[in-house]
Amino acid sequence: MEAMGVLMTYPMSSYLEQQLQNRFTLFRLWNLPNKTHFFNHNAHNIQAVVGSTHIGADPELIDSLPALEIVSSFSVGLDKVDLAYCKEKGIRVTNTPDVLTDDVADTAIGLILATLRRICEDDRFVRSGLWKKDEFKLSVKFSGKKVGILGLGRIGTAIAKRAESFNCSISYHSRSEKPESKYKYYPSVIKLASNCDILVVACALTEQTRHIINREVIDALGPKGVLVNIGRGAHVDERELVSALVEGRLAGAGLDVFEHEPQVPEELFGLDNVVVLPHVASSTVETEMAMADLVVGNLEAHFLKKPLLTPVV
Amino acid sequence: MQGAYAINKLKQDSSHKEKMADDLPNVLLLGTPSVFKAYEREFSEKYHFLKPGESSIPLHQFLSTHAGSVKAAFCSASSRVTTDVLQSLPELRFIMNSSVGVDHIDLHECKRRGVKVANAGPIFSEDVADAAVGLLIDVLRRISAANRFVKAELWHQNGDYQLGHKLGGKRVGIVGMGSIGLDVAKRLNAFGCIISYTSRNEKPHVKFPFCPNIQELAAKSEILVICCALTDQTRHMIDKSVVLALGRDGIIVNIARGAIINEKDLVECLLQQEIAGVGLDVFENEPDVPEELLELDNVVMTPHHAVMTDESLRDVYELVVRNLDAFFSNKPLMFEVTRV
Repeated sequence: MEAMGVLMTYPMSSYLEQQLQNRFTLFRLWNLPNKTHFFNHNAHNIQAVVGSTHIGADPELIDSLPALEIVSSFSVGLDKVDLAYCKEKGIRVTNTPDVLTDDVADTAIGLILATLRRICEDDRFVRSGLWKKDEFKLSVKFSGKKVGILGLGRIGTAIAKRAESFNCSISYHSRSEKPESKYKYYPSVIKLASNCDILVVACALTEQTRHIINREVIDALGPKGVLVNIGRGAHVDERELVSALVEGRLAGAGLDVFEHEPQVPEELFGLDNVVVLPHVASSTVETEMAMADLVVGNLEAHFLKKPLLTPVV
Repeated sequence: MQGAYAINKLKQDSSHKEKMADDLPNVLLLGTPSVFKAYEREFSEKYHFLKPGESSIPLHQFLSTHAGSVKAAFCSASSRVTTDVLQSLPELRFIMNSSVGVDHIDLHECKRRGVKVANAGPIFSEDVADAAVGLLIDVLRRISAANRFVKAELWHQNGDYQLGHKLGGKRVGIVGMGSIGLDVAKRLNAFGCIISYTSRNEKPHVKFPFCPNIQELAAKSEILVICCALTDQTRHMIDKSVVLALGRDGIIVNIARGAIINEKDLVECLLQQEIAGVGLDVFENEPDVPEELLELDNVVMTPHHAVMTDESLRDVYELVVRNLDAFFSNKPLMFEVTRV
């Protein structure tokens, strides 16, 4: 299988890089002195693309790889892969569902607690040596609050299960109501936002969900509401979110994703009710390995003409 | 006529207020309960507080001068209620404590003197459990460290951010299975953790496996969450040997009392990387925190804030009022501390 050429689009994981290097002929799409030269010489030798949340497989890349057979994404979200185009061209696509569900759900709860209970701020306070016993700023209780989940897929369901253990009441909005779910369904995001204390974005990024969290939704969530985003930056109208936070029209936000990563609106840096992470919801040693193994497993299955492990197209 | 009427009314009002103050039951305020600061006005409308903290004379002198006949005290965890203090309060029959921890009160002496003690019971348990889980996720997933990283504008393309560790599947040992320990267990169970616990006695209603001692619990766990009371038996219970038994990948979260952990040992182990990280809400000598911890990225620290939410403060205010009223009208107390 060493003859098979695999193009990695981004240095997403050194463990993955090593595994691909060991099994295939690995090409790297970063640190290229001359992209055109690279493609002229190597394109016809590349059968697979391993993409990530940063760089997936758009029509331009797909067209520049005439021998491309499969795109194996190191992510569960496929907003950076042109699925329709792949289908049209007969290119298979796989992702990494399930193995990262727990970590992402844990991050969502971690962000809720960090934001509501001001953990990061408290830690900063202690580190700066300012701790006087009689000075305190009260935080907000999490247990028993109303949690609204946007998108009740694997990740949304895992978040709901955890929030339930905190005695929270759970409601959700989804493309369609899930009859088997015990949680309360709201037919619109605005209704969901109006009826919860904490709104968690956990759906896929599609044309319909781009900027689904807009000014109206933020207003509906209200000045005591908290937004947590472990989906995609583009789910949220970032400018509206920033001004709502700066003007105090929203109580706080916990964000793992942004519209133009790694750029983060600098207005957020000075806000003690905002917790920001560098897109790390699935970034654990254990899960990175599991995701990488799934990527490699899918590629091997494809090249051995066996059924793909987690095909999407 | 109007002027005279106004002055008369003022005189009536102030004597009415004096009368009201005389009517209000006397309560001795020991320490500075945070709930008192938050609800001082409401408290002062119901009780007349004697405040040694606002006096320049030493406590014992204040007590013998002003508090000789006081029957009830409202006490915070920062105020040690020793035999000496109790001796100066011959009429004292009730201490309402604003915290759950009662390690600062000589319970033996209280019992001997017929002084009832009540604490906050399970009122804060949820908030404390939430804080424990929040600290744990923060340490494992490096949330505070990552927040600092991004806000310092260090997140660049190709920036390799250090990976965290998964919570699901980790073996968690809960130290102390009171209402806080139980709330922590319930939450971490939902995250897919494998829970065991140790406690003074095994709890038949708890479905998780019991370990008879802390060494055994540490040996079979990757994470310890300290949820027990501070007593003579638990002081410095978490020492170097326990940390070593936990292992180099181990994490400890403490939301109970600083003195349950031998802080010197803990710092040494952190510096020698004998433990992977800690989340601490409490310290041996608050507000002093070992300097060495301030530079470590695998440590998350909060200033004894696990109960400091709007909701908990409101709940404890209502509890304190209910209990003081109950005491003064000879009704049963809530959350009376009966153990010594």
